[in-house]
Amino acid sequence: MVTSPPKIEVRDLRLAYGHKEVLHGVSFAVPSHEIFGIIGPAQSAKTSLLRCLNRTIEFTPHIHVSGSIRVDGQDVRRVPDVYELRRKIGMVAPLPVGLPLSIYDNVAFAPRCAGLTNRQELEARVEKCLRQAALWDEVKDRLDTLGTKLSGGQQQRLTIARALSHEPEILCLDEFSIAIDPVTTMRIEDVLKELRREITIILVTNLTQQARRLADRTMFLWNGEVVELDRTEVMFSDSPKDRRTYDYVQGNFG
Amino acid sequence: MQPFQETPFSRRKRRNERLAQVVLGGMALAMVIPLLLIVGYLMFKGAPLISLSFLLSNPTHGMREGGLWSALLGTIYLVVMALLVAAPIGVLCAVYLNEYARDNWLTRLIHLAVINLAGVPSIVHALFGLGAFVLFAGLGRSILAASLTLAIMTLPVIIASTKEALASVPMSFREACWNVGASRWQTIWKVVLPNSISGILTGVILQVSRTAGETAPIMFTGAVFFKKIEAGNPFAYALTDQCMALSMHLYTVTTQVTNAPEALPYAIALVLVGAVLAVNATAIWLRSRLRSRKKW
Repeated sequence: MVTSPPKIEVRDLRLAYGHKEVLHGVSFAVPSHEIFGIIGPAQSAKTSLLRCLNRTIEFTPHIHVSGSIRVDGQDVRRVPDVYELRRKIGMVAPLPVGLPLSIYDNVAFAPRCAGLTNRQELEARVEKCLRQAALWDEVKDRLDTLGTKLSGGQQQRLTIARALSHEPEILCLDEFSIAIDPVTTMRIEDVLKELRREITIILVTNLTQQARRLADRTMFLWNGEVVELDRTEVMFSDSPKDRRTYDYVQGNFG
Repeated sequence: MQPFQETPFSRRKRRNERLAQVVLGGMALAMVIPLLLIVGYLMFKGAPLISLSFLLSNPTHGMREGGLWSALLGTIYLVVMALLVAAPIGVLCAVYLNEYARDNWLTRLIHLAVINLAGVPSIVHALFGLGAFVLFAGLGRSILAASLTLAIMTLPVIIASTKEALASVPMSFREACWNVGASRWQTIWKVVLPNSISGILTGVILQVSRTAGETAPIMFTGAVFFKKIEAGNPFAYALTDQCMALSMHLYTVTTQVTNAPEALPYAIALVLVGAVLAVNATAIWLRSRLRSRKKW
């Protein structure tokens, strides 16, 4: 039997800003359709890790990356078209960013940047993504108002809709619930459970309980090193392999 | 003890607060005084001479009578030409520096050049213009050479003000665009420029309008004491012509012409200041119009 390569495979990834190394050889693999949780305190380079995946880390000056990242078996540094790589990976930032465009244009932005001009297709894409992000019913009558005029929770769902608009195969959520209320958070979590049937999800979160609710496997990243990576039940059980994991998820530190 | 009672400390605190407000507000008010005095004095001395025919007729009798059309038109030509040359170069340069340039020795060199260019005295620009445009490029002393000199002079400030306008667009917008697979140029064109264009335009107009008052750079490169052109005709100059200019005209009338009417220099200065203020007012109006459409 031929096993397909993991959706994402990171091997011995090291990242330094100038002379300061923040990721010290991180390795993990994520199979398709998994929800992969990454937990860890601030400064543990979780966001930097995500930015390595879609190579937006390259916009930061003075960085040094070594090791390899493969998406669908392909080294991300050797992809012929970096924009295609970025379209394959949806990114949701911690704070909602409504672009200063209309709601419609916010969602149509990525398809347009990829060269889609057909009106019907664009409209269908916008509606589909806004529905997936549980925002359609609230905004369907005012698609031409500015995305920046929406409330924080709505903007975060708009951000998710935009991240889905280029039909990614991987969705990375970076502490998406920081700026939104618990009820909206639960709605989005339900959306994620739906989405996992189609795509692979990487969930970076400060809320250990969120990882516990959603993730199949969870990685504990601390100071740029993987402390432990295991099935979520094990990580949150009374006996994870590493004492630090136990302390962290039980709230004894961090 | 009663609640909310005054203590010596709270009394002193309130007194200091009032004092700070009065002093700071006074300084801000004092800023306006020179402008009011200048404009007021010019109005008082020069306004009686100002009329439509003063603006639209040429100086006569060795500049002692007539109007200032040829000088006014010359200044307009110089400023507009300088704007047309400096604005695109300056804005594109600033977009590169702010959006593309990585932090390396070449970028640092360009920054250094821009900063130092801003500090070069205008008389040195004049000599550069004389050497580069008048002599080397063979443009001769002409409107073209003079306005190119003005453009070079105003480039660094245009670059600085444009960079500032671009930097006011939050970084998170750019990152959001990059994340969904937009190229740098798509990001600039669709998000950064539409949201900074008001600041860019006003900056450019304000900076260029300041060159209207420059005398030194045009003196060697294209402006002359006197040039006879058809009065009231806005196309009276060709770009290869030499021209008169308000700043130069003011200098001539005050220092070179004997027995000129006392009000004449004030009237010329009033027209010059009025023209600059009018352009600035347009820029501010433009900014408020564009900003009302601002999107966050």
